[in-house]
Amino acid sequence: MRHFTLDRLADGTVQLVFDKAEAAVNTLSQEVLTELGEVLDRLERERPQALVIRSGKPSGFIAGADVDEFGAVHDEAGALAIVRRGWDTFERLAHVGYPTLALIRGFCLGGGLELALACRYRVAVDDPSTRLGLPEVMLGILPGWGGVKRLPRLVGAPAALDLLLTGRTVDARRAKKLGLVDAAVPVRVMENTVRGMLRAAPAPRSLPLPLSLTLNPVARRFIASRAGKEVARRARREHYPAPYAILELFRKYDGNALAVPASDPASIPALLRSPTAANLLRVFKLQERLKSLGKDDAFQAKHVHVVGAGTMGGDIAAWCALRGLTVTLQDQSAERIAPAMQRAGKLFADRLRDARRVRDAHDRLIPDVAGDGVARADVIVEAIFENLDAKRGVFAALEKKARPQAILATNTSSIPLEDIAQALGDPTRLIGIHFFNPVSRMLLVEVVVGEKTRADLVAQAAAFVRQIDKLPLPVKSAPGFLVNRLLAPYLMAAMRAVEEGIAPATVDAAALAYGMPMGPIELADTVGLDICVEVGRLLGTSEAPPARLMTLVEARHLGKKTGRGYYEWAEGKPKKVPPGVIPDGFAERLVAPFVAEAHAALADGIVADADLVDAGAIFGTGFAPFRGGPLHATASH
Amino acid sequence: MPRARATTAAAERMSEPVYIIDGRRTPFLKARNRPGPFSASDLATAAGRALLLRQRFAPADLDEVILGCAAPSVDEVNIGRVSALRMGCGDKVPGWTVMRNCASGMQSIDSAIANIRTGRSQLVLAGGVDALSRAPLLLSDAMVQWLSKWYAAKGVGQRAALLTRLRPGHFAPVISLMRGLTDPICGLLMGQTAENLAHRFGITRAAMDAYAARSHARTLAAQEAGHYADEVLPIYGADGTLYAADDGVRADSTPENLARLKPFFDRPYGNVTAGNSSQVTDGGAWVVLASAAAVDRHGLTPIGRIVDSHWAGLDPAQMGLGPVHAATPILVRHGLGLNDLDAWEINEAFAAQVIACMRAWDDATYCRDELGLPGALGAIDEARLNVDGGAIALGHPVGASGTRIVLHVLNVLRRTGGRRGMAAICIGGGLGGAMLVERVD
Repeated sequence: MRHFTLDRLADGTVQLVFDKAEAAVNTLSQEVLTELGEVLDRLERERPQALVIRSGKPSGFIAGADVDEFGAVHDEAGALAIVRRGWDTFERLAHVGYPTLALIRGFCLGGGLELALACRYRVAVDDPSTRLGLPEVMLGILPGWGGVKRLPRLVGAPAALDLLLTGRTVDARRAKKLGLVDAAVPVRVMENTVRGMLRAAPAPRSLPLPLSLTLNPVARRFIASRAGKEVARRARREHYPAPYAILELFRKYDGNALAVPASDPASIPALLRSPTAANLLRVFKLQERLKSLGKDDAFQAKHVHVVGAGTMGGDIAAWCALRGLTVTLQDQSAERIAPAMQRAGKLFADRLRDARRVRDAHDRLIPDVAGDGVARADVIVEAIFENLDAKRGVFAALEKKARPQAILATNTSSIPLEDIAQALGDPTRLIGIHFFNPVSRMLLVEVVVGEKTRADLVAQAAAFVRQIDKLPLPVKSAPGFLVNRLLAPYLMAAMRAVEEGIAPATVDAAALAYGMPMGPIELADTVGLDICVEVGRLLGTSEAPPARLMTLVEARHLGKKTGRGYYEWAEGKPKKVPPGVIPDGFAERLVAPFVAEAHAALADGIVADADLVDAGAIFGTGFAPFRGGPLHATASH
Repeated sequence: MPRARATTAAAERMSEPVYIIDGRRTPFLKARNRPGPFSASDLATAAGRALLLRQRFAPADLDEVILGCAAPSVDEVNIGRVSALRMGCGDKVPGWTVMRNCASGMQSIDSAIANIRTGRSQLVLAGGVDALSRAPLLLSDAMVQWLSKWYAAKGVGQRAALLTRLRPGHFAPVISLMRGLTDPICGLLMGQTAENLAHRFGITRAAMDAYAARSHARTLAAQEAGHYADEVLPIYGADGTLYAADDGVRADSTPENLARLKPFFDRPYGNVTAGNSSQVTDGGAWVVLASAAAVDRHGLTPIGRIVDSHWAGLDPAQMGLGPVHAATPILVRHGLGLNDLDAWEINEAFAAQVIACMRAWDDATYCRDELGLPGALGAIDEARLNVDGGAIALGHPVGASGTRIVLHVLNVLRRTGGRRGMAAICIGGGLGGAMLVERVD
């Protein structure tokens, strides 16, 4: 066997260790599933006392199916064969005559969780790396190896649909609470728990009565229809068919994808006919690519110093502290830092929950009016207001106090790096690390490479961006870098459409129908109309800015922040009238400048290749992920 | 870190200089009849991490962290270790906690001195902290007895019988803070010991109120002049609220207004009021102490050195005279008169108590009978005493005050160009502590 080892222990228990050959991570390829089938054959003959399945990888349990293998399948028969092999193998595992137990430490996702669900018992190790979930929906596919069948039986329909439809993962403790695992224990009693559970051999977990009632056909229909409405609020069926297919699979077919007729939109062939699955797989791979850009350097920061405690600086500091770094946050007075500390407190409380971890995050975030942190920092991020002289002043002072190996970075979105770098004795030290607002939600961070920026800094800065769990995208220092450059002409086009008499709500509705996460007019109001004008000016567009935009800015109606822009804003939401009829082809016309700019940015070498343009558009602007990016979407048309 | 030097004469060791490198404290935040925004270790961590940030050495270079705390909460009894870890000193820096009531924050410095002089430590973070607003309410003894029977009870019958014996009085909590401020030997509240001193030295209510008003006025003037700017670190609550300055000081604490307050301890005809007593307050303070070798190794710039320290015992019912008994032997050892010092900090537990200290030194009988001196030491120059106000205006977060006055007397010397200063403190239970410090250029 290449991927598994079998050990028979003294008490008659057989331990099956999964350690996929030539891989850092355990995934379930066809070859692996075949081998697992052979293991089951052998055990059928040997009749063990019990079977424990565990991982031989330090990285985790099982990450899921082999997505490369799935991505390479282009015909329906091939796809169905993959589904069938997993379904049959796990059905068989679920019905063996001896007790089975999955010992889960680290990630246990997708097909990995489906394997665990087919075991009689699950023991999860309660440490921070353990995550369980069925993220298939995020790749535009569905859990076809029994997850949709077995998960509701363990945790009840409502919790199961929540996990299936959002793709979110849970930690060991939450999994125990849900009933997804039988025990969540610290690693120190992991082995004892396995032995103890097999010795005690409790009856397999069954649902408490109220939850078991959620599985009868009537309840299924009711719960699925309610969940369907919830899904409709987040994802359109024509863009994202998978969650709708999962609901059907649950409602009508008890999770057996093989039982779905090919004509049903919930069938595997139907899902594969829509380009969404392939495009979401592409998005996943683009994300992996961006992640890999942070792996070229072993750089690890311990201490980050942020200059400027405004919205961006404060939120960058809080995010870094959340991610475990010691952070000093500098501004001109203690008062200026207070709003940032308030937002940080909210972020920590939301994300960490546990009181001790919240306390530790607070302890890591150190307000630093005097700038004492500069001398200790591994990374220094300047995030003051957009003024060249002020930034030059900051960097001249920073360079004197900073450690020679510290990364000096600016978060500027509009000032050329080369101009700021003139303030440095060594201008090759400056790099851009450009975050997007809101920092806690935007995954992309542009690593801006100036003309003189030292080449090795790019990999270091990218490693830092990965360290704080963001996606680094190296971009050339040119107006707007990539993301703002793509957005600006698109926003202007939208505003011109308003000028032409199309209502803002209609413009936004067209963009949503195209698959954008937010309409361009609402986005402009959110960003701030003054900023839009500024960015437009910066990008040097030849056309005059839309007249209504200028009127609004002159009247200081700047959007969300002033309560009025193109929309009236109340409680952080725009007041929208029902959209009018969207003119034919209008969405395409709206998006055309975005796509054209994407081509231009590629031609100008802002990023290394077309895939990175698409990655920037998707992770930086939210460009309709199911279309696979602006260049990909237009190339495949 | 043990040093190679095998033996050193005791005298030589005692003369080993101990340097103060830097210090910082939180704002002193008045307790407002509810738990304050910070736990004691929150306060210690906030001040300590900022202080460590501006040092030339890394937190892990410390040989130990010693923290004085009179009333650590049950969650953080060894608050010295808890704070050291929270400040990022790392697992390997030992942290411990000392307790000498009101002088816990001076005891921590003295313990650091001792360890530096014996060569056990070179670089020590020493401080003091208390969050008095979070002093817990306790169950009464009667309630504890009842509960133990309840837990032991078997069956519904026994429980029902117990319930009939439960009285409203069982639920009256014991205020641990009041217990802590009561002398266990003589049974007096600290304020009553101050009344004793007022009686003994004939200190009037008016004199106390005038002294208290001056403490407020001096504190306000110092705040306005920015004398606390480098000493006090602004801190933030978990909700982002900024606490930038000591908040107990009041511009309306004039003698006239103070005269209106009712006596708090000997009701209704005593003299000591809440207004002429120190405030119940939360706060923390730290200083960095270093041996000469550590100063050299890390290239540190000392702001001062500790020349001598002394602890004294006296009648618990007269505990407020502790500063007199602790500082006088130091003065004698170094051949100094009261006004040979350029600055004095005497912790203001009570106005009556500070005044009593001054009267005692100026009283030939007292100096002869109680201190064994040939005659009176004389009148202290009040322009050198507590020049930036004291605990009456700033508050007295018990464990922190000892550190605060040592740090502040040095800061006064640096500002005024003075050379020598004394910090002295009275200690509940009948003790006094004093430290003689010297500015280093």
